[in-house]
Amino acid sequence: MYRIIPTVLAALFLFVAMAPGLRAEEGLRDLVNALGEAKLSEMDEHIAALAKTGKPEVVAILEALGEGELYARKADGQVFLTKENGSNLALTDPISGDSAGEAPKAALSKIRVNNSVRRAVRTALGSLTLLSPDRNQRLRAAQSVLQSPDADALGAIENALAAEKDGAVRAVLEQARATMLLLSDRPVEEKKEAVRLLEENGGREALPILSAALGSADESLKPDIEAALASIEQAQAFWNAGQNIWYGLSLGSVLLLAAIGLAITFGVMGIINMAHGEMVMLGAYTTFLVQDVVRTSFPHLFEWSLAIALPLAFLVTGAVGLALERGVIRFLYGRPLETLLATWGISLILQQTVRTIFGPTNREVGNPSWMSGAFELGGLAITWNRLWIIVFALAVFAALLFLLKKTPMGLQMRAVTQNRRMASSMGIRTPWVDALTFALGSGIAGIAGVALSQIDNVSPNLGQGYIIDSFMVVVFGGVGNLWGTLVGAFSLGILNKFLEPYAGAVLGKILVLVLIILFIQKRPRGLFALKGRAVEA
Amino acid sequence: MITSFLVKSLDRTIVVAVAILLALAVIVPALNLLTAPEHPLHVPTYLVSLFGKYLTYALLALALDLVWGFCGILSLGHAAFFALGGYAMGMYLMRQIGARGSYGNPLLPDFMVFLNWKELPWFWYGFDMFWFAALMVVLVPGLLAFVFGWFAFRSRVNGVYLSIITQAMTYALLLAFFRNDMGFGGNNGLTDFKDILGFNIQADGTRAALFAASALALAVSLVVTSGIVRSKFGKVLVALRDAESRTRFLGYRVEHMKLFAFTVSATMAGVAGALYVPQVGIINPGEFAPANSIEVVIWTAVGGRGTLIGPIVGAILVNGGKSIFTAAFPEFWLFALGGLFVLVTLFLPKGVVGTAQNYLASRRASHAAARKESESEKAASLADAETVAAE
Repeated sequence: MYRIIPTVLAALFLFVAMAPGLRAEEGLRDLVNALGEAKLSEMDEHIAALAKTGKPEVVAILEALGEGELYARKADGQVFLTKENGSNLALTDPISGDSAGEAPKAALSKIRVNNSVRRAVRTALGSLTLLSPDRNQRLRAAQSVLQSPDADALGAIENALAAEKDGAVRAVLEQARATMLLLSDRPVEEKKEAVRLLEENGGREALPILSAALGSADESLKPDIEAALASIEQAQAFWNAGQNIWYGLSLGSVLLLAAIGLAITFGVMGIINMAHGEMVMLGAYTTFLVQDVVRTSFPHLFEWSLAIALPLAFLVTGAVGLALERGVIRFLYGRPLETLLATWGISLILQQTVRTIFGPTNREVGNPSWMSGAFELGGLAITWNRLWIIVFALAVFAALLFLLKKTPMGLQMRAVTQNRRMASSMGIRTPWVDALTFALGSGIAGIAGVALSQIDNVSPNLGQGYIIDSFMVVVFGGVGNLWGTLVGAFSLGILNKFLEPYAGAVLGKILVLVLIILFIQKRPRGLFALKGRAVEA
Repeated sequence: MITSFLVKSLDRTIVVAVAILLALAVIVPALNLLTAPEHPLHVPTYLVSLFGKYLTYALLALALDLVWGFCGILSLGHAAFFALGGYAMGMYLMRQIGARGSYGNPLLPDFMVFLNWKELPWFWYGFDMFWFAALMVVLVPGLLAFVFGWFAFRSRVNGVYLSIITQAMTYALLLAFFRNDMGFGGNNGLTDFKDILGFNIQADGTRAALFAASALALAVSLVVTSGIVRSKFGKVLVALRDAESRTRFLGYRVEHMKLFAFTVSATMAGVAGALYVPQVGIINPGEFAPANSIEVVIWTAVGGRGTLIGPIVGAILVNGGKSIFTAAFPEFWLFALGGLFVLVTLFLPKGVVGTAQNYLASRRASHAAARKESESEKAASLADAETVAAE
């Protein structure tokens, strides 16, 4: 019996609060005080009643409730906002916002909340802050309403929608309104409109809303909802395929970057450089060093650190490549298998050198701000660093193509590749061209390292992960053909990403390897094989 | 025919090598088991296992030498055959654990219980019988090599391309065996073995027997490869190594011959793996790593490819060095190994044994020439004397 009294009182207050002609402030105070006496199970109704008033003060009250900072004075049942102050609590009047002195904790009782109350608070806050002057707050509120739609809040949403000017907020609000409409008892015509709207906006969120609505919907509405569901699913499938292609392009660009230097050393010169991956690794470590220096000495240049690292990485790895060619590889021309072994040995030495200097653990390379974050394009989520890497890979490819086809050095390179003795008789210094070509291939691997440091762990083992894939790309695309490398890299990347959803990441990779092995059986010289006598050489 | 095969295979070096191996197979276990631990000639059990491991490596290197040294196929995937043989043996050893695993399941190995599997996958059937496992040790690597080689050699994938796709093969297997749902223990592989053929795998006697078995297997393989290499078939193998097109044009089915050598080599690698696993007590997917295959190549190269003794010497030298180095200066082992790759390819293309044989041969030749010269000088002086006498 004792427990029923407050309930009755609360209901009375509620009634009184809504009675016309009463002073609003008094009604509000009663509603707030009712919170202090309500049972947990009734809190929802009280919160909803508070929210319905639409007063700006309610926001602070509800927030305090959610945080557990709302207390009721035991003596007279007055509810206050509180702040802890030693063993006392500083009290604030919830309506006027004036300070109401301090009181010992024992004189107050905390208004208890549980998860369902918190949820109610969140929902209520959502519809309340819909009218806030701050645009970001409105957007957040609209999103929170959309996430927990409630038919009762429909009125609030429609009010907010009428007042809203901002396009982005409007879009979310409309979506929320449509969702709520489906749950409400509005006429079928309006619901049909809502279904159409949801279908147009599509998106992953619309699917569960529509399928939930399908269960309780009128017979006349069902075909509409079903059609909408089908069309959204179709759109989803389309965007999924698009997303896969995007991931594939991204992976392909990474493969292209890793393989393009190899396409020069292996493809053009026929040198099996197993230390190629380590050149990539050296490029990544150069980036790390540059960023380290920039961070400690020139912090304002951080955004430019990658641009500084690019030429340095090219020079460092190019120099290592030059030394490698002059010191080891030139003695092994015409013995490809021995070259393979010697360069493998060099890769071990380079790895261990880096491990000794920098330690075996991953080094952190930061992303400049223009490379972090993501944006949405239709249904695609696109990260900036991936986008830049694709652009960068294509730029490197174009530059290399230009170098090979349009410059005197490229001409000499191609001449030496095609017929060494003839080129030599024409006055080309073939050993010099060999050394420079190898340095170029290594330098490009270094540049790739700068880019890959942005998406991969910079550790001494960085290069090993790429070496087999790179060789696969070059062999698949066709040795001695840059375009083959481009097509090979992107088709392997996309194939990999399309297999992944069905087979899982590891199995997908295995399948790709098996497919390449089978493919090489069919076309031993790759996709774009060189034709003519050069093949037999 | 078999006797002629054997007779042909046994030239002097091979006889000496086989004799040494057989002697080792008797002496090392004897010194381990029959002498007291404080005896100066006592061989501790850990050394027996270590040398047993080296012998299996030597067998693997010998297998690689058969295809690389005599047939020109640089396989960068031999560790795959080695590991497959090892897994077949490991599966047998797992089944021998029976109900003694930590979960006490009489049928399922521990890792399957851990993964909540209810019954044994079909490919584990039969591995409780030793003969079946032993058959698989030879059959699985052999079959993989046969299928792979059939595809590769038929479409004339050779040289560096073949090396790269064999590397891709072992890489793919590495990834596959890392998966838990493959049913081979995933990342952790197979371990915690209890006994083999009813003998405790940790016991000194078993270790010594495994050592003897490894030495014996190596000796038998040496005789077999020597027989292959010295037969007419072996001569053609060398011919196709040096001039494949010409051999083909002469009418030999080059791809069939390569396929035969490749398959035999893979089965030998499988046997090596099967002997390796009980001696080290574990097999995990790391054995498939492409780096392992390339290390085998360097053993063979250091010892001398194209000689049969070379890979055995190389495997023992490099691994002995590795054991010493990794204990004394762990940081420098990779420098040493990398340097070895570079130096051997640049300065010792024939390896230790090949270079020594060349040196011996050239000295013998110069001796012979000197002898001939002195004889002719004698003849000349005789003639001179005759002419003088005639005058």
